[in-house]
Amino acid sequence: MLKNIYHFYVEGFRSMVLGRTLWKIILIKLTILLLLANFILPNYLNKHFATDAQRAEHVIDNLTVAKRTNGK
Amino acid sequence: MIDAIDLSMVNWARAQFALTAMYHWIFVPLTLGLSFLLAFFETLYVRTGNEEWKRITKFWMSLFAVNFAIGVATGIILEFEFGTNWSNYSWMVGDIFGAPLAAEGIFAFFLEATFFAVMFFGWNRVSKRFHLLSTWMVAIGSNLSALWILVANGWMQFPVGMQFNPDSARFEMENFFEVLLSPMAIDKFTHATSSSFQIGALFVVAVSSWFLLRKRHLEMAKRSIIVASVFGLIASIFVAFTGDESAYNVAQKQPMKLAAIEGLYQGDTNCALCAVGILNPDQKPGQTSDPYLFAIKLPGALSFLATRTFDGFVPGINDLVYGNPEQGVVGVTDKVDSGRIAVEQLALYKGARKEANDQVAETALATFKEHEANLGYGFLQSPEEAIPPVALSFYSFRVMVGLGTYFPILFILMLVFTLRETIENKRWLLGLGVISLFLGYLASEAGWVVAEVGRQPWAIQGLLPVSVARSNLTTATVAGTFFMFLFLFTILLIAEIRIMLKQISIGPEEK
Repeated sequence: MLKNIYHFYVEGFRSMVLGRTLWKIILIKLTILLLLANFILPNYLNKHFATDAQRAEHVIDNLTVAKRTNGK
Repeated sequence: MIDAIDLSMVNWARAQFALTAMYHWIFVPLTLGLSFLLAFFETLYVRTGNEEWKRITKFWMSLFAVNFAIGVATGIILEFEFGTNWSNYSWMVGDIFGAPLAAEGIFAFFLEATFFAVMFFGWNRVSKRFHLLSTWMVAIGSNLSALWILVANGWMQFPVGMQFNPDSARFEMENFFEVLLSPMAIDKFTHATSSSFQIGALFVVAVSSWFLLRKRHLEMAKRSIIVASVFGLIASIFVAFTGDESAYNVAQKQPMKLAAIEGLYQGDTNCALCAVGILNPDQKPGQTSDPYLFAIKLPGALSFLATRTFDGFVPGINDLVYGNPEQGVVGVTDKVDSGRIAVEQLALYKGARKEANDQVAETALATFKEHEANLGYGFLQSPEEAIPPVALSFYSFRVMVGLGTYFPILFILMLVFTLRETIENKRWLLGLGVISLFLGYLASEAGWVVAEVGRQPWAIQGLLPVSVARSNLTTATVAGTFFMFLFLFTILLIAEIRIMLKQISIGPEEK
């Protein structure tokens, strides 16, 4: 059963024509996304605060010291 | 005009999110709509045994694959942006969105790993019926996968089934089914998926029309047009019904959005709906002058849309901002006062908890709870800030509805002339068929502009404005990544269009 499933996927990938180009695009895109996630778009709270308690404190601060600057 | 654009950090973050979401939405509706058309084509093949239907199915499946490959994971960028640009919001809604988004991820993974593989690799290797089942599962699964993110969006428009925890600063889910089955969530899902079916149908009609104009693959093109037109027509009727229901719920839950969509400043009973119009750009809140430079109106239609009675009262922007006690409308002015008390009490509660002063904390929390429903209004600098961009909402709505009215007419004409075997001679209609794909995308994106711009300034309706939802980043940082994404998406879009056009020009397998 598992062998059949394995062969199903292997032969499927081998017989791809258009799929080869599409997989290349998917892999390039996933690489870009991985780089983005780590370097360009880090999670702000995870980057600046170590614990959930600190993150909650920061958000509460932002709520209670109300932002009158309107994001400028 | 340029002077009027506010280039603050929060607006760059909004622009970046809008850019990413609109790019993502190029691929999603085509996946949702085309997947069902694949299932219809293959069902016809299995039922009739006619190999032409198999050839048709395989051709559209190859275009589906191109769209899927380019579109896959574009939505993940949105999730990164939440964490980077909208960290306060992201933190606050984590408990609500965690479950639906995790469900979407798990569901999509298992669906893609199993049924997608059978659909693409399984021709002649599994039974006809199992292959058909897989194609149907891809269609149903893709659409159900969209349910979760639309539930999350519906919650942002109408937050229910939760409670705010002032210690963790999070909205915590209390009733999953209240979130899942809220009228806004149901509207979002039914309207977004049915309009996606239209996009799928318009795509098949456009490519088939192009083949007919080029005198290529005539049999395949005509058969495809018949199936797509019937599907598109049924979807159009469904879009109209779900759109009407959505407008009714917007009137109940987000009356300011409806007022902006209509450019309605002064509320009224037996209120007319502006079918076509030009807004007076100088109109300001508080003014009672005619907000239209030109308008064709349907008497009583807006009252009926919003209240299901022709003489029902529909509040305008002025009523909603400054209040209308006669009609029982509480204005933003009052809500701002209440919201500021909520913010002050939250600060008091926080301080008291730090100092372990339980009595003050308890009193502050009780007062906060009384005003919690207006928390977001406490962050507004002026009541007028609660008004969304009126012109953008007004014109986007008319683009969406106008084109939504045109599509069923196109589908009927396509169906009639194809069944009469005269479609090949109607070059004007075939040209229209090609162009209509772009009009479909215009309508679909305009629909999201109405939904998202119309609910400004709120990230979460009434509870959290975008100006507080944002991260503490500099404007330059967010503006820089905006242009980086603009470049990246442009490259990817060019790649998709080139691969798609190449695959279309190759056409179906030879007989």
